[in-house]
Amino acid sequence: MTDVILEVKNLRKKFGKFEAVKGISFNLKKGEILGLLGPNGAGKTTTIQSILGLIHPTSGVVSIFGKKMPGDREEILSRVNFSSAYVSLPTNLKIWENLYTFARLYNVPDFKQKVKDLAGFFQINDLMGKMYGTLSSGQATRVNLVKALLNSPQLLFLDEPTASLDPDIADRVRRYLKIFQKQDNLTILYTTHNMGEVEELCDRAIFINEGKIITQGTPKQLVRRFGKKDLNEVFIKIAREKHL
Amino acid sequence: MRYLYLYPRSVPRILDIFFWPMVELLIWGFLTLYLQQSRLAIPNFITALLGALIFWNFIQRSQQAVSIAFLEEVWERNLLNIFVTPLRISEFLIATVFVGIVRLILIGLTLGVLAYLLFKFNIFFFGFLLIPFILNLFLFGWILGLLATSIIMRFGQSAQVLAFALTLLLQPFMAVFYPVSVLPKALQYFANLIPATHVFEGMRVVVFSGQIPLTSLFFATVLNIVWFIIAIIIFFKMFDYILETGQLMKLVD
Repeated sequence: MTDVILEVKNLRKKFGKFEAVKGISFNLKKGEILGLLGPNGAGKTTTIQSILGLIHPTSGVVSIFGKKMPGDREEILSRVNFSSAYVSLPTNLKIWENLYTFARLYNVPDFKQKVKDLAGFFQINDLMGKMYGTLSSGQATRVNLVKALLNSPQLLFLDEPTASLDPDIADRVRRYLKIFQKQDNLTILYTTHNMGEVEELCDRAIFINEGKIITQGTPKQLVRRFGKKDLNEVFIKIAREKHL
Repeated sequence: MRYLYLYPRSVPRILDIFFWPMVELLIWGFLTLYLQQSRLAIPNFITALLGALIFWNFIQRSQQAVSIAFLEEVWERNLLNIFVTPLRISEFLIATVFVGIVRLILIGLTLGVLAYLLFKFNIFFFGFLLIPFILNLFLFGWILGLLATSIIMRFGQSAQVLAFALTLLLQPFMAVFYPVSVLPKALQYFANLIPATHVFEGMRVVVFSGQIPLTSLFFATVLNIVWFIIAIIIFFKMFDYILETGQLMKLVD
């Protein structure tokens, strides 16, 4: 299938005797937003890091744009980007310095114009001269998103991008993301513990627990399948019942 | 109690109690011994001491250029952002070399000018030998930087003190301010395995006799090449280790 952007086949990762990821398989189609969900320690981070080449999987295959990770790492990563609430940009650099640095790392052509365009879209023009370390969480999240979109990625990994944001700022960030996703037909792998966010943003969700995929489908399908009121209740059921 | 609990498992605190005082004692002890043995009749002693001090800075700053560059990404929680770009780890290392060279030039200029103005010490006293001397020191500093970074990758932030101090740990054995012959016999074997030892020995030959110490330069270069290969192997093994164990994220936490 040509519109499959990401394909994960039978991914396993063992840390000593502990198996964090137990043969996960899924794919992600062009323009789709997929929520990768699960309780803490479920294996989400290990899965994402394996996909991005930050962890060597024990076995399994990760293909992005039809190319193999980590064999075609540089080519893949030039078309991918990542943002996480738990990863920060250098606090002692100004925003424009940070963005210019990453734009060069991604070899972005006409990067000054690109930074200007994105800064305008995310309304961070007035922050460009400030140090990253002085920004509020909401401002830092917007800057992180600008960094994540610098190379016009075809696949974007967002790891709890709205964690630690107040509901108002989180809502704005989601709106930015929706606009951008539609505009560029961006493919996104999204992790969050905010199930309302998944219902609002994601086309499909995969629930992982104890390193295995428990269930997957559209948010509505999942709610129906588990006979629950909303995805939050589905999450709680999955997190509390070890073997469904 | 809160502080006492920390001591047994804190490498920096243990080093503070035992190692740093020992290092200082060894350096000043061996220097005193050297001065006593030579009965203070060493010609050009001040020149040798100032030269050693400037050369010593080349190693130390070059080591820190590598290991602190890596640590800064850890402290700033930026490591993952860096490693999800198409940047190769080898390119990251090459960038630290460039930063190191810039630092080296600035340090060399600052100390060279100050030493000339304040003490009439001319760093160009060494003539063209200055270039291979400095290149060897720079390379050895870079090797130590790679080794310090490898240890930090393996043991995490608890080992970060090495980013600042690995060169200091080796200083007593590098014969920076005194000749290798002052060291006990057993330590002399160890000292001779360190490339920088031969540079400092060579520097003293130039200062005291004006002769060109080609043997010292030869040993320094050969040892640097050997240590460079070892350091590169260790570095890439450790990088592989953090990818295997998922330590990259834990380094940041």
